[in-house]
This record gives sequence, C-alpha cells and structure tokens, in this order.
Amino acid sequence: MRTLLLALLAFTALARADEVQVAVAANFSAPARQIAQDFEKDTGHQAVLAFGATGKFYAQIRNGAPFEVLLAADDETPAKLEKEGAALAGTRHTYAVGRLVLWSAKAGFVDDKGEVLKRGGFRHLALANPRHAPYGAAAVEALTALKQLDAIQPKFVQAENIAQAHQFVASGNAELGFVALSQVMKDGKLGAGSAWVVPANLHQPIRQDAVMLEKGRGKPAAEAWLKFLRSEKARAVIRGYGYEI
Amino acid sequence: MFSPSDLAAIWLTLKLATVTTLLLLLIGTPIAWRLARMRSWWKGPLAAVVAMPLVLPPTVLGFYLLLLMGPHGPVGRFTEWAGIGLLPFSFGGLVVASVIYSLPFVVQPLQNAFEAIGERPLEAAATLRASPLDAFFSVAVPLAKPGFLTATILGFAHTVGEFGIVLMIGGNIPDKTRVVSVQIYDHVEAMDYAAAHGLAAGMVVFSFLVLLALYLLNSRGRRS
Repeated sequence: MRTLLLALLAFTALARADEVQVAVAANFSAPARQIAQDFEKDTGHQAVLAFGATGKFYAQIRNGAPFEVLLAADDETPAKLEKEGAALAGTRHTYAVGRLVLWSAKAGFVDDKGEVLKRGGFRHLALANPRHAPYGAAAVEALTALKQLDAIQPKFVQAENIAQAHQFVASGNAELGFVALSQVMKDGKLGAGSAWVVPANLHQPIRQDAVMLEKGRGKPAAEAWLKFLRSEKARAVIRGYGYEI
Repeated sequence: MFSPSDLAAIWLTLKLATVTTLLLLLIGTPIAWRLARMRSWWKGPLAAVVAMPLVLPPTVLGFYLLLLMGPHGPVGRFTEWAGIGLLPFSFGGLVVASVIYSLPFVVQPLQNAFEAIGERPLEAAATLRASPLDAFFSVAVPLAKPGFLTATILGFAHTVGEFGIVLMIGGNIPDKTRVVSVQIYDHVEAMDYAAAHGLAAGMVVFSFLVLLALYLLNSRGRRS
C-alpha cells in the first residue's frame, strides 16, 4: 500500500513537472497538435494546448491564466506582454509567417488570380474581424491594394477569429472568404474547394511570434517546447501547413 | 460617452429584443396554454422540447442553426425557395434564433400562470355561454396578467443578454447583426477596455433594473 502511494505521488510529481501549458492561436491549431505529438515522442514532456483568439489570451494572461507559453497570431501581443512584464525578455521569436488565402468551399468558384473579387456574384465574403485578428487586417490591406475594399465591404461578414471565418465558408453560408492557408492546406495540397493564395506583397507579413510567459519561468518542459518549436522537425510540419519559416 | 457604433449596437439590440418579445408572446401563449391544459403523455416530451434551450449551450444551438439555415440545410433550402434568401448574417436570422433561444423564458411563466388559474373560472365562463376563445381573452388573460408581465420582461431581457448564438450566426455586421454583447466582445478583443467598460457597465445596470422591476412586480402581484 505504502509503495503504491509513493509511486502515485512520484507519478503525479513527475506528471506536473513534465507538462507545459500552451496558448495557441486558432489558425495554428492543426500544426500545433502535430508538433505536440512529436514533442511528446521526442522529449517525454507533454504539451497541453488551448486554442483561441490572441486578444482573448492576452486578457486572460494579464489576469493570471496558467499559460506558460503563448503562440500568438501576431507579433504585437507578445511584444506587449513582454513590455508589461508578463512575458520573459529575450524569448520572443517568429515561429511562423502566415499566408492569406481567398477560399471557397465550391470547386471552381475562386480562380487562381482572384478575379472573382472584381467579378462579384457572391452575397457574403467572410473574414476574421480586422480590428483585432491579424488575418482579417491583412485581408483588408489586400482588398485596399486591389482597390476593391469599397465595393466589397458591404458584403463582409466578420468572424471572431479565423477558425470561425473558415466555418462560415465551409458551411456555405458565405460563398467565399479570407482564411489562413494553413486551414485549407493538407499535406502540402489544397484540401477542398477552390482558392487563391493572396500574393505576399499585397499585405504586411503576418508574423506569428511565440514567447515564454512569466508562469513558464524556469520550467524545463516550457523551455523544451520553445526549443522544439525551432527545431527543423517542427519547422517541416509548420511549412507543410502552408506557413513560411 | 458612447461612440456612434456603440449607439447603433444599442439601438439594434433594443429592436431585436422588441421584435423577438412580440413574436414570443404570439407563439408562446398558445404553446403555454396547450401545455397547461394538456393531460396526455405528450405533455412531457413537448415541455422538454420547449425547455431545451435552457440547458443547451448557445454554441450548440448556433452551430446547428448555421447548418440548418445554410444553403445545404433544409431550412436554408426552404427560405431560398420561398425567395427570402438565407437567414444567417441577417436581422431575420437573429430574430429566428432569439425566438428559439428565449422560448422557455416566455412559455414557462405563462404556463405557470395558466395552471394557477385552474378549471373553475373557465367552467364558469362556459356556463355563461362564453365561447372558448371569449373565455380565454376575457377570463384567462386578465387572470394571467402577472404571468404575461414576467414573460415579457424575461423574454426581452434574455434576448438582450444573448451572445453565443449571435456570435455563431451573426457575422458582426453593423446595423444588422452587431448587437451590444458582440460589440463588448469586440472591444475586449481589440484591447479597448475603456469602451468595453462603458457598455458592460450599462449591461450590468440594465440587468439589475430589469430583475428588480420583476421582483417588485411579482411581490405586488402576490399581495393584491
């Protein structure tokens, strides 16, 4: 009985030391899951992932959320957290550069030059809220560069994050929308529907930064996670989902 | 204190809650009446269906409404066929969702009120040769007045407080689907906490006043 108890105690102590709590931007959920699997296989540590909007994570982290690492959808939030003392200086780095894609669940609806934006023939165009979602802001920049913003703005339906923008398009309620390439790409190919990868020169680069948070200070699993994220193995996964790095 | 977009959101919320409450009273009254008079085994399942929005997460309702009312869903096919177009991302869609979401908050107070009346006043009305419809409007409705008040206030307030479903099917369109709760969420997401506070504090005061009014009305109703 006593050995069992001791073993149990040792086990829970180990389990606690080996876990890292990661807040992950919604657009990065698929690659993060895969990286977490490889991470566990390679290091024995376990990454507990929470997915959501970066702005929401910011509010939660500022108010004592137990996250140890943040994989943000932008580069501003990690910098802001660092400035406010909620993240550790010198741990910030870009783990992925996102690509924007105009996507429709219907095959042949979006041509490979994005002419559909000028042609029209749709009632709703979904995008993540440009006020706080980097992919939404990039979409507005691209439409501005194409001189189509005024014509298309009345057709906007705004999702709270890029995952919901994808849901609006996937369910057919919006004929097309701006989503992250990572959401529609599977094994290096377009999964379903039709898409136009928006040229990178039409918007500011969508730099996604990772940072160690105050709660992760001195935790081996959190340090291992950040190191693994920079490994060639993780980067190969990240590129497979259409990010650049 | 409020920006023009905040004011637009407040106006839209009030409009949505008003339309929804009126529709709910129209739809909810016959349902509550049937439920209050029902003796068959159907009563249980019907009451359960009406009460389901109480326990279902708004995300479940919102998700299914998005699929049902979308171009591939049966409701969406019907509305397109009928020439109304698709309901998601429209004010009409929010009204439909709000009616479903707030239905138990209107039906249950009405049902309780109708049940409290009992059979006797209606039987008396019948012996005086009142038609069932006449008896309903001149006997049951006046007697159930506190129930109607409660139902109206709860239906209205619950629609004002709606968030999850609107987020799922609204699309955050100014003047069409951007209601106060979504606007607050937007302010928080954009880290504009000052603007969020203005609206959020307004919501807290509003909810308190509504519930206080409800409590006062109920206690006065009981005394008289």
